[in-house]
Amino acid sequence: MTSVAISVPKAAGAPRLASLKRNRRWALITSYVFLVIFAIFFLMPPYYMVVTALKSDAEVAHMATNPWIIANGITLDQFKILFTQTDFLIFFKNTAIVTVAVVIITMVVSVLAAFSLGRMRFWGSSILATGIFLTYLVPDTLLFIPLFQIVKAIGLLNSYWGMVLVYPTLTVPFCTWIMIGYFQSIPKELDEAALIDGAGHMQMLLKIFIPVALPGIIAATIFAFTVSWAAFVYPMAFLYSADQQVLTVGTVTSLIRADVYKWGMLMAGALVAAAPPLVIYAFLMDYYIAGLTSGATKG
Amino acid sequence: MADTVHTWVPALQETGKRIPARSGLKKFLRQRSTIAFLMCLPLIVIITSLVIYPAFYSIYLSMLNKAQTRFIGLGNFTFLLSRDVFWMVVQQSAIFALSAVFFKALIGLITAHLINNLPSKGQRKWRGMLLVPWVIPLALSSLGWWWLFDPTHSAFNWILAGLGFNEIPWLSDPYWARFSVILVNVWYGAPFFLIMYLAALKSVPEQLYEAAAIDGANAWQRFIHITLPMMRNIIAITVLFSLIVTFANFDIVQIMTAGGPRNMTHVFATYSFLLGIRSGDLPLGAATSLFMFPILAIAAVFILRGVRKRGREIA
Repeated sequence: MTSVAISVPKAAGAPRLASLKRNRRWALITSYVFLVIFAIFFLMPPYYMVVTALKSDAEVAHMATNPWIIANGITLDQFKILFTQTDFLIFFKNTAIVTVAVVIITMVVSVLAAFSLGRMRFWGSSILATGIFLTYLVPDTLLFIPLFQIVKAIGLLNSYWGMVLVYPTLTVPFCTWIMIGYFQSIPKELDEAALIDGAGHMQMLLKIFIPVALPGIIAATIFAFTVSWAAFVYPMAFLYSADQQVLTVGTVTSLIRADVYKWGMLMAGALVAAAPPLVIYAFLMDYYIAGLTSGATKG
Repeated sequence: MADTVHTWVPALQETGKRIPARSGLKKFLRQRSTIAFLMCLPLIVIITSLVIYPAFYSIYLSMLNKAQTRFIGLGNFTFLLSRDVFWMVVQQSAIFALSAVFFKALIGLITAHLINNLPSKGQRKWRGMLLVPWVIPLALSSLGWWWLFDPTHSAFNWILAGLGFNEIPWLSDPYWARFSVILVNVWYGAPFFLIMYLAALKSVPEQLYEAAAIDGANAWQRFIHITLPMMRNIIAITVLFSLIVTFANFDIVQIMTAGGPRNMTHVFATYSFLLGIRSGDLPLGAATSLFMFPILAIAAVFILRGVRKRGREIA
């Protein structure tokens, strides 16, 4: 910084300002050009999935036509096949049950813990907070083999309730971590005032902290929802029959039958399965990003 | 601690409840630290029984034979170390994680700057658009990519053929398959870097850039002397964090190649899945996945350091 300030002499006012303006316009145009290139890269697979899902089987299989466009008219046949001739709706129902259960468990456990760790403290609480962050860094691919034995011993192998048992390991640590941050940012005077008014800790949490930390709770809920909706390793290892299967694994494995891949139907399935997280992001993206990046912006 | 307890106990008595004589346990239960501990209990139970216990159990499991009837010490580990396939897994995991994280960070940094250049009105729209890969569950987008790479109908090869190039065997040639799985990982992970860097960019005080502009610093000088130093910590945390996640990735490789061709795309996660679940040798699978642990632990230590340092900066 200082070396720049010393080495570059200050230029005269008026012409410099004009050139600055011109520079800015060029910077803007270059930004747009490159952003369009990146947007094509990022959006090409989802676009291609949509295009494939809306084609007839005949057009998907026909190799001469341009695969990137729909030449022979849009059809919803693939979705019809998906909903009537496959187990897709069972997968969807299973995933919905598992996700709702996991989100509820996660939020109750992590809000209680975060309130206690962020506001009350007890012997060993700061070590515990660090420990929670560390468990968040333990990946599911390190745990799925011992958990296979544990889930089997409990008798929940090949049952989606087994997923309700193990998914919280993916969601609870991070949700607790971001909730601790939110609770700590609430001024100390608030709970002192509540204590003077004779409120108990539970009342304090329900009436003051949860409403004030609502953005954080929304962010944590979206995180828990997305993670359990998209989880792949655990169901891949623990579930094998169609009536217990969840969306991610079901779409990737069970929908693929026979020798010929029904790509149109597969893409239709992938799109419907990806729709709930996409819809949630479309409406609540700002909360989620604020929750994720709160550490980055505070600095 | 002591003074908070003091203020708390009178507050309790003010509520009018008569404290009975045999109040030792009740008093203990009403203590602030006890309530705090009880609130943490569900979390402690989940983490101990489903993370810490399995982690140690995994170490025990890895020292058994396939039928889990006999203790064989480090037999599984020495067996793995003697296998060529295992060393290929080590190599591919390192290539996969390092190159994917590098390009994710690079693309994230570039796109964050591009978006930050725009007028603030349009930023939200572009951010939302570039975030789409990260929002689609990875297993499902991997399926979409697999279809893009499909040997007979590949949409990429259609373009290449149209431009007069040879078709590329995306997933059937080992080296192209390695390239493909890394490409998909970069595609999926770059938006995460984008939002982290964009948030960090916004936290750099505008006055610094104004001062530099007045002093005649060009864009590159501003980047090197202001942006990078201000963002150094968040870049380090994000890179290390992504390194862990990428190193332990499972979905992409499992769906697109299942480790093939000729085991060339296996990473630790898919290889331990193949040995442990598919072939039913849980101890050998556990041993394979445990090899991830030292690398992850080192990254975790550095992340924790960065987070703590950042915490002190905030305070």
